Amino acid sequence: MKFYLSKRNTILLVLFVIFLIIAIRLFSIQIVDKQYRETAANNALKYVTIYPARGRILDRYGNTLVENKITYDIMVSPRTVEEFDTLAICKIFGLEPEFVKERFASYSANARKIGYGAMPFLKQVSSEQYNAFAERAYLFPGFDAVARTARVYPINAGGNLIGYVSEVDRDYIEAHPDYKSGDYAGKTGLERAYESRLSGEKGYTVYYRDSRGRIKGHYEDGAADKEAVAGGDITTTIDAELQAYGEQLMKNKVGSVVAIEPSTGEILTLISSPGIDVNQLAEINKYYKEISDNPYNPMFNRTVQSAQPPGSVFKLVNGLIGLQEGVLSRETRYPCSRGYTSGSVHVGCHGHPSPINLPQSIAMSCNAYYCYVLRNIMDNRKYANIEESFNKWREYVTSFGFGHKLGSDVPYELGGNVPTVNTYNKLHGKGRWKSLSIISLSIGQGELGCTPLHLANFCATIANRGWFYTPHMIKGDDKYPLDSAYTVKNYPMVDAKYFPLIVEGMNMSVYGDGGTSHVAQVPGVNMCGKTGTAQNPHGDDHSVFICFAPKDNPKIAVAAYIENGGFGATWAAPIASLIVEKYLNGEIAEGTRTELEKRVKNGYLLNKVPVRKRKR
Amino acid sequence: MNKRRNSYRSLDWTMIVCYLVLVLFGWLNIFSVLHGDSGNIFDFGQKYGMHFIWICISLITGFLIIRVLPANIWQSTSWILYGGVILLLMATLVLGVSSHGSQSWISIGSFRLQPAEFSKITTSLVLATIMSKYGFSLKGMPNIIKVVWPLLLPMALILLEKETGSVLVYVGFLVVLYREGMSGWLIAIGFMTVLEFILTIITSPYVAMCVGLSVFLLVFFAHREEYLLGLLVTVPTVVFLIFFPKILAIEGIAAVNQLSADAWLAIITAAVALFFIVRMVIRFPRKRFERNAFIVLLCGILFVLSVQFLYNNILQDHQRNRIDVFLGLVDDPRGVGYNLHQSMVAIGSGGFAGKGFGNGTQTSLGYVPEQETDFIFCTIGEEWGFLGALFVLALYITLIFRIIITADRAKDAFTRIYGYCVAMCITVHVFINIGMTIGLMPVIGIPLPFLSYGGSALLAFTIMLAIFVKLEFNERRI
Repeated sequence: MKFYLSKRNTILLVLFVIFLIIAIRLFSIQIVDKQYRETAANNALKYVTIYPARGRILDRYGNTLVENKITYDIMVSPRTVEEFDTLAICKIFGLEPEFVKERFASYSANARKIGYGAMPFLKQVSSEQYNAFAERAYLFPGFDAVARTARVYPINAGGNLIGYVSEVDRDYIEAHPDYKSGDYAGKTGLERAYESRLSGEKGYTVYYRDSRGRIKGHYEDGAADKEAVAGGDITTTIDAELQAYGEQLMKNKVGSVVAIEPSTGEILTLISSPGIDVNQLAEINKYYKEISDNPYNPMFNRTVQSAQPPGSVFKLVNGLIGLQEGVLSRETRYPCSRGYTSGSVHVGCHGHPSPINLPQSIAMSCNAYYCYVLRNIMDNRKYANIEESFNKWREYVTSFGFGHKLGSDVPYELGGNVPTVNTYNKLHGKGRWKSLSIISLSIGQGELGCTPLHLANFCATIANRGWFYTPHMIKGDDKYPLDSAYTVKNYPMVDAKYFPLIVEGMNMSVYGDGGTSHVAQVPGVNMCGKTGTAQNPHGDDHSVFICFAPKDNPKIAVAAYIENGGFGATWAAPIASLIVEKYLNGEIAEGTRTELEKRVKNGYLLNKVPVRKRKR
Repeated sequence: MNKRRNSYRSLDWTMIVCYLVLVLFGWLNIFSVLHGDSGNIFDFGQKYGMHFIWICISLITGFLIIRVLPANIWQSTSWILYGGVILLLMATLVLGVSSHGSQSWISIGSFRLQPAEFSKITTSLVLATIMSKYGFSLKGMPNIIKVVWPLLLPMALILLEKETGSVLVYVGFLVVLYREGMSGWLIAIGFMTVLEFILTIITSPYVAMCVGLSVFLLVFFAHREEYLLGLLVTVPTVVFLIFFPKILAIEGIAAVNQLSADAWLAIITAAVALFFIVRMVIRFPRKRFERNAFIVLLCGILFVLSVQFLYNNILQDHQRNRIDVFLGLVDDPRGVGYNLHQSMVAIGSGGFAGKGFGNGTQTSLGYVPEQETDFIFCTIGEEWGFLGALFVLALYITLIFRIIITADRAKDAFTRIYGYCVAMCITVHVFINIGMTIGLMPVIGIPLPFLSYGGSALLAFTIMLAIFVKLEFNERRI
């Protein structure tokens, strides 16, 4: 088998093979592979986005907290812009010519990236400006107006808990691939938590471009278009009126008020002060610097992010644990001579009758009593050593929700802090600490950090006599039933039978002899409360108060935490009781109550709050 | 009158028709890329209007060459023309205009010329002159040097102009040397060297060695005319080589084995090659081809390994980067990768029959760069589809094959050699240009003969072809 190829034929054969390879390659990219056709179609079709109306946010009674108004964004497709009268456009929108120049300089710097796309030229112009533009739009080829919705807030309440909506940035787009540059999304509060329900679905109209990039008409007569689906409304558990009232009370004070309906776990009000005014939310970009430069940090949602020592309020927790552990009973009495002394440790107390029983200890908020209670819990013979008993104590505390996130739908919730065995092993050395070393835990001081939401939830737990629903801000409906996390009762490790003793003590605190919460008495309401005064290294004590009412079948549980407000009875108790009164009675009783209201509204505590240099 | 008609009839009309169709088709596509909706194809303010002027100039020049100038003038003036173009190339280096990073244009009034385009003609003429001398043979160093330096001189000058693409065209002349007696093995080895180098870098040394080994086996057995045995050895070897790395990756084997697949293949192949070389030298000193084949195989293995080592360990980052850019492995700052992608999108979106004249969206929307010059084939692929692209390919094949066949049967060596030169110039241009637009070749900016916008290239290719048509016409009258 021998064949001979002349040099000519060899060359012809090689050339033929080369051309064959080219032909095969052409066949594969032109006929077999579909990807190039799709890419080309994307290049040649123009998708104009239709933005859906964002859903409204309603309060628990159906009042509108947030709704929409129409504004217009002026878009520009740099490649299709022809010569236009810069001054005319400046006149319509009230701009400086430099602004236009800068915009177009940035477009040409990113020309390749933009391609035939449209870039935002001016955002949220008023309808008057839009009308002026629309009349003369033919003078400005390449410019386009796109209808957008902007948020409006009919009630001035709940800036922090509603949160703001703003244009998505690059990080956001990376984390949420469905979003494109120019879209808006909820960034904080409810707007963020329920973004997927509120935002709706974008639609688009498909236009066909001719070879010069001009819109030729509807692609496939609109068959390829997609209509926008408006976002759904959400109904919150918030009482807008109560929220607004609470914000008035909290004016010029730093702190939080959280009110919960105990039987449902629904959050009635969630106030962080100073807060963000709703009028600033709509134009958050404009006010962003002002807000973030405010030394009291209005962005910071104290209700779920500010974890601080709870003070005497925490005595109730230790009381409940003592009862469950069997080291405490109603008639257990301890003496108090202006405090508790053991060895070198001294915990001071105020003057009150002595000795006293459990309800009295709550009513009078005796420090010494709870030093005994904590030591009895820690030094219980049941447990081999302090570490074991401490761990048991910690288990009880966390079962109330302290020390971890409750799982509410308030964004950026923090877990707070309950110390662990390790905390003290590090502090004192392993085996070198005892019940006396951690005595400050008995009165809610020391290494404890609880958010106001924790305290309100704890108060609701007492109101319910031993259980709570995870607090939440959203109401369920047919389409979106409530998340099961909010419909399951949580039971702390303390039996229901021990709670009435605590309730009795809280009731005595408001009405009994020597009670610390007398200021919280509300006409016609059987109130239960507990004051707290949290020492802190930054100035005056924090004023703390939790209360619920009525005593039987409670309708509302409130926690108030007023930073640097002094005694619990000074600021927190009046504010919390006014909230209860407003909610249950609808109005504030004339006389001492309105005077109290006046004092609270006029109260100015900002100068007492140390301004810390904030980390950037 | 009658005689004149006869003489027209004896022109090679196949070539001329192919040429005319290509030129007209190119002009149409340039118009399609650039026109507005109401564009006038004769608008001289536009590039397509300018191109029409160049077409006229080219046609007149071609007519002059074929009808007026005597055929023998090219052989007698080849050295003068060659010298003139070399001077022009040097002048360009000094006086030239920069464009797209290369300095290859020379301005005469409002006309701009690219001397590099014309140097292909003069080099072809000089090559033909040298090699067609009576008794010339490509054997012996002095003769080879005689042929090679006229090639290297313009190459060097064009390289200095940073017109890398045009230098590659000169590689095509190797085929002419092959036709004129140079050993084909030299070209084959040269080709394999380049292939191995590219494979090593863009795939892996293992793939490069496998390809090299397979080619060796096929060539070795083909030379011994043991075709069946060759297949019986090669096919199982290739299959085994494909699965070899996977076998090594099996856990039990991987635990024992310390060497990579590359190392195993290199060691075993080198050992076998060495064994056979020694054996050949001692026992079959006459079997030079087999011995040399094994030596080439051994050198190939060493070459692959040293390329890998050089590339990874010796080269600096910026040098590596330059190679990567050349091979199209990374985007260069001008966005070659982006260009290639858009070019393939344009061609790929054409489908079977294309989008129709003037309806291409990708090319005319400006997604494809250099769309009327180097990337003109994109417009053809997009607007005329697979059919249009095949049509253009068919025209080129017809033209090139026709040139080679007529050249090969010419009685005059000058005509033959010059014809091969023309055919190879066109081939290399077509292959590099189209290959680049469809991702077979790195992006190298050279025009598509007769189709691309650009006066110098069109005129140069026209002159080149016209000279051959004239020589061939003259041939038949002898």
